[in-house]
Amino acid sequence: MCLGIPGRIVEILDEDLMLAKAEVGGVRRNINIGLVHYADERVEAGDWVLIHVGFAMSKLNEAEAHSTLQALEEIGEAYEQELEELRTSQIE
Amino acid sequence: MKYVDEFRNAEIARAVAAEIAALTDPHRHYKIMEVCGGHTHTIYRHGIKDLLPDQIELVHGPGCPVCVLPMGRVDEGIEIAERPEVIFTCFGDMMRVPGSKGNLLEVKAQGADIRMVYSPLDALRIARDNPDREVVFYAIGFETTAPSTALTLQRAKKEGIENISVFCNHVTIVPPVRALLDSPDLRLDAFIGPGHVSTVIGCRPYEFMPKDYGKPCVVAGFEPLDLLQSILMLMRQLDEGRCEVENQYGRVVLWEGNLQALKSMAEVFELRPYFEWRGLGFIAQSALKISPAYAAFDAELRYSTPGVRVADPKACQCGEVLKGVLKPHECRVFGTACTPDHPLGALMVSSEGACAAYYNFGRKSFQKVGARE
Repeated sequence: MCLGIPGRIVEILDEDLMLAKAEVGGVRRNINIGLVHYADERVEAGDWVLIHVGFAMSKLNEAEAHSTLQALEEIGEAYEQELEELRTSQIE
Repeated sequence: MKYVDEFRNAEIARAVAAEIAALTDPHRHYKIMEVCGGHTHTIYRHGIKDLLPDQIELVHGPGCPVCVLPMGRVDEGIEIAERPEVIFTCFGDMMRVPGSKGNLLEVKAQGADIRMVYSPLDALRIARDNPDREVVFYAIGFETTAPSTALTLQRAKKEGIENISVFCNHVTIVPPVRALLDSPDLRLDAFIGPGHVSTVIGCRPYEFMPKDYGKPCVVAGFEPLDLLQSILMLMRQLDEGRCEVENQYGRVVLWEGNLQALKSMAEVFELRPYFEWRGLGFIAQSALKISPAYAAFDAELRYSTPGVRVADPKACQCGEVLKGVLKPHECRVFGTACTPDHPLGALMVSSEGACAAYYNFGRKSFQKVGARE
């Protein structure tokens, strides 16, 4: 729950509901982008974001995303558990 | 320096460790607290302690939301989950946290409808799909997860979904740190500030540490090298007699935080006058409750939770470990009556709890320390 996982925005689905499809840890899931897509802040397909419990919390550059992913893989079990829970997610 | 080769930037790690050693006064003992449980995990996982001079002691802070939840709140969550009309939803981390009469996993085995969710938005979907049931979301976490609960309730209100409520256990990071600084038990020299919490609240809330208490703080990222660099930044401040808040994780954390997240939190939550923390007792304005505008979604009101205090088991010393007064292995039940498979206390349950991290990764160093004692 406390682990932030980098994911890449695949498609903005609904700007009213602030929903986007993102690729995270090899799966595609819907996430909320309300905290990175407001006022002058924008995300678009291809952008990397740090995702906590289904919400993009901040934008990441690609190098940062990759090094964060690598660090998470080294964490092992806690990251695996987070990914497992993510796979069950069906945000609408 | 046996672990240093595991670092992706072993060269840089070596150089940083050498500079830390060069700045260390051999006659001084440095106590640096890492506030965040994620940092505690990284420190043990990568043996950061073994890269530091003996004079530098890392003290684990209260930054694991599962660990600081008092047993009374765990019991109240379980009581709500046992209600037949309720679908109880929570993060996986909560399932094995012991209450005074068992945990959620056991209650689920006895027939309660408890569902693990990845996101509060999954709880909202379950409410939408089950209009004749009452869905309760067990909200837990610091400012990292509080905005997600806030945005979920804003959406529930907008959509007119009424069969969802939140059992709100969100806590805030600054008041317990202030409580620790006020505590006579512990003398600390500097703080490693949490990374992901700071993406939400920014760096300004930590300014009281240098201003009011004369303690430097560096907000740090989660990779082992981030932690080493943060320790170096703190050692430089201590060496030069500077005292300020610095941001080592500037590539992700903005100084002013996430304004949209703060705005949503301000609408959906208000500060509780006080809240009980395991080990730290009651701390003023240290937790969030659902605001009057969202009172219809407050599970505490919907189910009239009594707010009962329940003492930890006598043998359990989670409180002292949370305050940094005891190291995990110094607890009288560590590794014997309390293990990750059969946890007595919450610090052994969560992977970010100091005891679980110590048990899984720190035992080599712990044995080394034990031998010296």
